[in-house]
Amino acid sequence: MQENLKTCLYEEHVKLNAKIEEFAGFLMPIVYTNIKAEHNAVRENVGMFDVSHMGEFIVRGEEATKFVNNVFTNTIEEKANGSVTYGMMLYENGTIVDDLLVYKVNNEEYLFVVNASNIAKDYSWVVNQTDGFDVTVSNVSSDYSEIAVQGPNAEVKVKELLNLDLTDLKFFHFGSYEFQDHLLLISRTGYTGEDGFEIYASEAAISELWQIFVKGGITPCGLGSRDTLRFEAALPLYGHEISNEITPLEAGLKFFTKIDSETDFIGKTALINQKATGLKRRVVGIELTKKAIPRATYPVYKGEEEIGYITTGYLSVTLNIPIALAMLKKEYAKKGTEIEIKIRNKMIPGFVRDKKFLKKNYKTKGV
Amino acid sequence: MSKVVEGLFYSPDHEWVKKLNEEEVLVGITDFAANELGSIVFVDIPEEGDSIKAGAEFGAVESVKAASDLVSPVTGEVIEMNDDLVGEPELVNEDAYGAWFVKVKLTNPEELDNLLSADEYKKLI
Repeated sequence: MQENLKTCLYEEHVKLNAKIEEFAGFLMPIVYTNIKAEHNAVRENVGMFDVSHMGEFIVRGEEATKFVNNVFTNTIEEKANGSVTYGMMLYENGTIVDDLLVYKVNNEEYLFVVNASNIAKDYSWVVNQTDGFDVTVSNVSSDYSEIAVQGPNAEVKVKELLNLDLTDLKFFHFGSYEFQDHLLLISRTGYTGEDGFEIYASEAAISELWQIFVKGGITPCGLGSRDTLRFEAALPLYGHEISNEITPLEAGLKFFTKIDSETDFIGKTALINQKATGLKRRVVGIELTKKAIPRATYPVYKGEEEIGYITTGYLSVTLNIPIALAMLKKEYAKKGTEIEIKIRNKMIPGFVRDKKFLKKNYKTKGV
Repeated sequence: MSKVVEGLFYSPDHEWVKKLNEEEVLVGITDFAANELGSIVFVDIPEEGDSIKAGAEFGAVESVKAASDLVSPVTGEVIEMNDDLVGEPELVNEDAYGAWFVKVKLTNPEELDNLLSADEYKKLI
């Protein structure tokens, strides 16, 4: 068995008494004190996550833009240098290789940030698509460590602790910043539904930043609250709402594809066909009317018929109601449809609702 | 360090049993189990009149992150459920040995002999 990897902050997590578990081959902090407190710190103040396990690839070459256009679902050509774009990479059949952020340095250089659990698969897939393009792809995951600082007070706290003014950094944009001798790449992005930043830098820099942030009162948050936060913002997680068996249309992520444009990309034809023949299932929101907790994989019923399954569900930490994302047959995906979820052999009633569980708190002004 | 209370019976599945009289017991989860689960946000426990069986699942206790089955340490009939826990599941974290889940009328009181003593349970955790 391969030994688990550790991020450069592993010793810091141990020092903070985190509960540590293997995730995507890395020993990661699940929770430091308790998930609710960490979740609330991000909603109400500011928290931080070690996300150094994420994967980074650099795509460089004269035809980099043409290449990214082909492998990435979202538009990229028209985007400005310094922009960050969310989208997916698809197989020819339209199902999802991974979802990712694409950082546009310029027309000849891009940074891909992919899920830790998919690094090896993504890298080999991306490299396989380079035939015929004047482009090189390098997996630089081990050179990039990363902290996500998230919450309404993220901007104020980063200014206070690092003396970096990020007021002018727009939502879904990035820039290079200097802190002491370190070079930081900072984007105004995240995975929580709150304002905040993702900071990429060397191991030395990230270790230093982490310690400054801990001393400065930013709450360390584990993967437990990262999941409850992203779920309330209805942000998809690979292996749950999206996977190599699910298309962006089924996941409700058409907005992040360019299927209505002239530009081709891998998987586009399959999506157009799927749209033409009609979707058979889709990811919806569900709210239970009786207290119970809908968990991933629990089956959903309409009468005797099994009509789908829960992809993620919680007793929402912010709202204190049982809500879930679920993959349901299209005919039952209409808002207001009454359904039942089978929880430990009991049928718990609920209904289909929109996925806007929570109002997102992004700073989008001036974008 | 998790608390273990003298005079209770324990199961390897981290439930405790408190003898009220020859036939009736209270059942709950140990301090160790509560700590392992983290903040408990929901309990799913059987109602009065339900039968439970030693070694079989009889409900669940859920933290934010996950649901854990409750495995019954005894066989019998539930004669009372602790309603307080439904409204305030965090009581289990605050006082695991006060926050009983169900009161059970035992089918076979001798069954308690199969359970662990406080000392035996301490060695297990």
